[in-house]
Amino acid sequence: MSDYKHIGKDFVPPDITGKVTGKAKYAEDFRVDGMVFARMYTSPVAHGRVTNIDTSAAEAMAGVVGILTADDVPASEAPSAAILTNTPAYIGDPILAVAAEDEKTVEDALAAIKVDIEPLPFVTDPLDSLVSGGPDAREEGNVYSRSREGSGFKTVKWTSEQIDEFRAGKEPTGEFVNEWNYGDLEKGFADAKVIIEQPFVTTGYAHMSMEPRTAMAYWENGTCYVHGSAQSQSFWMPGLARMLGIEVKDLVLISENTGGGFGSKISAYPIAGLPGYFSKKIGRPVQLRVTREQEYYMGSARVGFQGWLKMGFAADGRATAADVFIIEDIGANATGGDASSAGGAISLVYDPASMRFRGVPVLTNTTPRGAQRGPGQNQIAAAMAPVMDKAARELGIDRLEIRRVNAVNNDTTVNEDQGPVTSAYMKEALDKGAVMFDWENRKNKAGQKGSKVRGIGIGQGYHSAGANGFDGLVRITPNGKIHLHSGVGNLGTYSFASTTRAAAEVLKCEWEDCVVHNGNSEANLPWNSYQAGSVSIFTQTRTNYVAAMDALEKMKQIAAETMGGEADDYDIDGKRIFNVETPEQGMSYGAIAARAIQLGGAYSGQTWPEDIHEITQRSVQNLAGSGLIGVAKDNLPRDGVIPGLACAFVEIELDLETGKYEILDYVGIAECGTVVHPQGLAQQMKGGAVWGMGMVGLERHVYDPQNGLPANVSYHQCGIPSYLDVPSVTRTGAVDIPDPQNPFGARGIGEPAMGCSVAALTSAISDALDGHMFGRTPVSADMIINHVTGGEQSFLPLQTNNF
Amino acid sequence: MNPQLSRRRFIKAVIASSVASASYTGLQSANAQDSSSGVVERLISLNINGRTRRVDVLPQETLAYTLRYKLGLTGTKLACNRGDCGACTVIVDGITRYSCSTLTHSVRSLEVQTVEGLQSADGTLHPVQQAFIDELSPQCGFCTPGQIMSTVALLNENPTPTREEARQALSGNLCRCGAYDHYLNGVMRASGQNS
Repeated sequence: MSDYKHIGKDFVPPDITGKVTGKAKYAEDFRVDGMVFARMYTSPVAHGRVTNIDTSAAEAMAGVVGILTADDVPASEAPSAAILTNTPAYIGDPILAVAAEDEKTVEDALAAIKVDIEPLPFVTDPLDSLVSGGPDAREEGNVYSRSREGSGFKTVKWTSEQIDEFRAGKEPTGEFVNEWNYGDLEKGFADAKVIIEQPFVTTGYAHMSMEPRTAMAYWENGTCYVHGSAQSQSFWMPGLARMLGIEVKDLVLISENTGGGFGSKISAYPIAGLPGYFSKKIGRPVQLRVTREQEYYMGSARVGFQGWLKMGFAADGRATAADVFIIEDIGANATGGDASSAGGAISLVYDPASMRFRGVPVLTNTTPRGAQRGPGQNQIAAAMAPVMDKAARELGIDRLEIRRVNAVNNDTTVNEDQGPVTSAYMKEALDKGAVMFDWENRKNKAGQKGSKVRGIGIGQGYHSAGANGFDGLVRITPNGKIHLHSGVGNLGTYSFASTTRAAAEVLKCEWEDCVVHNGNSEANLPWNSYQAGSVSIFTQTRTNYVAAMDALEKMKQIAAETMGGEADDYDIDGKRIFNVETPEQGMSYGAIAARAIQLGGAYSGQTWPEDIHEITQRSVQNLAGSGLIGVAKDNLPRDGVIPGLACAFVEIELDLETGKYEILDYVGIAECGTVVHPQGLAQQMKGGAVWGMGMVGLERHVYDPQNGLPANVSYHQCGIPSYLDVPSVTRTGAVDIPDPQNPFGARGIGEPAMGCSVAALTSAISDALDGHMFGRTPVSADMIINHVTGGEQSFLPLQTNNF
Repeated sequence: MNPQLSRRRFIKAVIASSVASASYTGLQSANAQDSSSGVVERLISLNINGRTRRVDVLPQETLAYTLRYKLGLTGTKLACNRGDCGACTVIVDGITRYSCSTLTHSVRSLEVQTVEGLQSADGTLHPVQQAFIDELSPQCGFCTPGQIMSTVALLNENPTPTREEARQALSGNLCRCGAYDHYLNGVMRASGQNS
């Protein structure tokens, strides 16, 4: 690793100066001549049917330019979200949009629109829908299951006795719709010395990206230009084009900077298509401004869990069996899948010898759900950590040790199919963290001073962290510059740039000679993966590697063709290619690029590999003749789950009188293969730590069950952590052992960085309260006080989305 | 829960959710007041980043709106537009203000500094900007201008704050990426205390 010139080294990302000077442009910072302003009329009821829309008063207002309704946009089949709908399924579901010359007029017009809606039954807590006689969130049913065998609505009802028993912490006996398993579960529990059963709730909560999803669009000569808040760049293109009813070649997406995504902006979301349709209808550029309140109504949110788990452990702490049942709150649009991922995370992180997963995805009339940082893996981290602690206590072994003996390693098999991992060093991560945290000394220092008790916790995080099959594109121009074309979205991780350093590494060039192209599909970008699932580092270092290797091979061929000999006679360094035997015989990168243009063909992009994506093909076509083109699809071998892993150690001081706790120390260790960008990794680990602290103690949805109203629609109401909620210093480290399936040994980390924090903090809270398990996130001060004083909690067991 | 929605409940829902369709623009009081009242002079002079700017300002217009949409100073960000997050923080006569919650007319005779006013004419970055780059303080960057303005105001008053003082001073600036640690490192570096 130390031999690398760029990998593992910090650098100044090309976009950061714009971020500190205010010059960085986000979607709403763009305006064009003739642009009008659009606003949405959103549903005031949780479920209903629009019976009449009267826009006459609005349309009569001077300055109003148009109205867009569900009739103007493609219909979508329930439960999928439409751009606009006449059958709203949650409060805030967009019904229509109005556009006007200025923002005051558009607000006035919005207020003058009358919409009649016939209300329908609604539900905000999955258990209220699952119980016999309970309302269904959709007329088609209350459950929507997605599977390879087929997807569809179902109506699933449990008896009130079954619901009551589930609330009482017993194994659910009601109908389930998803199941997978491996191993002999019965034998696993028979082999166990200790068996722990635990019901749990993890409440959903909003993504709360700082930048609302404002978008602007206009048309020129049949091409739609969209300024959007996108988490991914190239990956958005096919979906957005499909939504707009156009070909990918007729779409330009500009998303230079995105103010956070966290899973909510992975692919083009429905309202990203609204300005395009509106602009086409009225013949003017349209900016749709989305307000902070609207972000809470229709933004997106983490899937909530109501579940039950049972774990068996042998005398040495090895997990022998895991049985998990999860009812997941998938909102009105059936977006989720978190529950099965949670099961997968149990199989990988705790490696039980046998396992069963069962689930019921239940529709609710709440904010649409979506993948949110570690979807499933990070909810289950909260439920699992105290269970591991309890097992350790009952077995009389150290809480660190029970995690070490079950730690995922190179031989671990995972998920339903019990497939391999590319590599895994969780034990090494735990050992490194234990040393940094001084676990051995601190674990024996628990105690109480006055009303303050200390708790220490350990947690582990995981997410599969890589993909393959995408394209890379690099270009060397006659002025000697190396152009690194990145189709990676700029959501704040700097991976759009840090992954291009893989190409700079192969080409042995100076970073100062590199130009990164990104953030605008007109910048000729390659087909790259989604910026989600912690995949970018693994996936796009591979694409940059294969593109740079293609460029290198072409440089050698051109050198041989120009200076004689064979391609293999040549090597590169110091911005030139030279004959290894006679190093004085060589050409500069600029000269090679000029020669590539003269020779044409594949050297300068006149031809390209057949297997690259149409987006990459078009970029190569546009760049043809401008330099030496390196372009390739990532066909490198890949076999098994690519695990992004992390662990954390935390110490808290909890006040038994106030129920509040302070986080005194936090150590997070990344196990993500080779470290590509140390500062960026630290940012992810520390930001992930903050996210975990938010989930465990602060963040939640609250709905008024009488009216289906979201009760918290601002940052502070929803519990976004501030400076004062988290420690001012968090410590991080990395294992830094290369993964064999990445040319540089790298894997991703963004999501496990949070999961380890979730687990460690729940573990520490439990430790401070003598091993008490709340089985719930968030853990509020009220809950702690009620527990300490022996009082009742203010909600039903397993109730969710509640006050 | 009773699946039957009574008329009374439905009406209550509509009343309670009226906020759902109310959207904040930076002209949030626009609907409450008639902008043509003419009581307040609209063409006013503002002192923005040391320069006098003549601008047509509605009586109920917020400073964030004026900066972003009348003067093109889009470095000041609107994330919540309700005084909740600090992304729109600017400095007015040395004091940090949420520009989303400040009427433009109220700063007519005052010095307003935005993130665009920090860089020297020769392009040299302000020490806080440079420190934030060195510490890789921003992630997505949307809250960064606000974090920077709060830091500049802090260091003007207290050139060598402790980390805890910095934490308190910046606590009105939310960051969803959770980059707080790196921002505090930036503050400490900018104050010459490294981190």
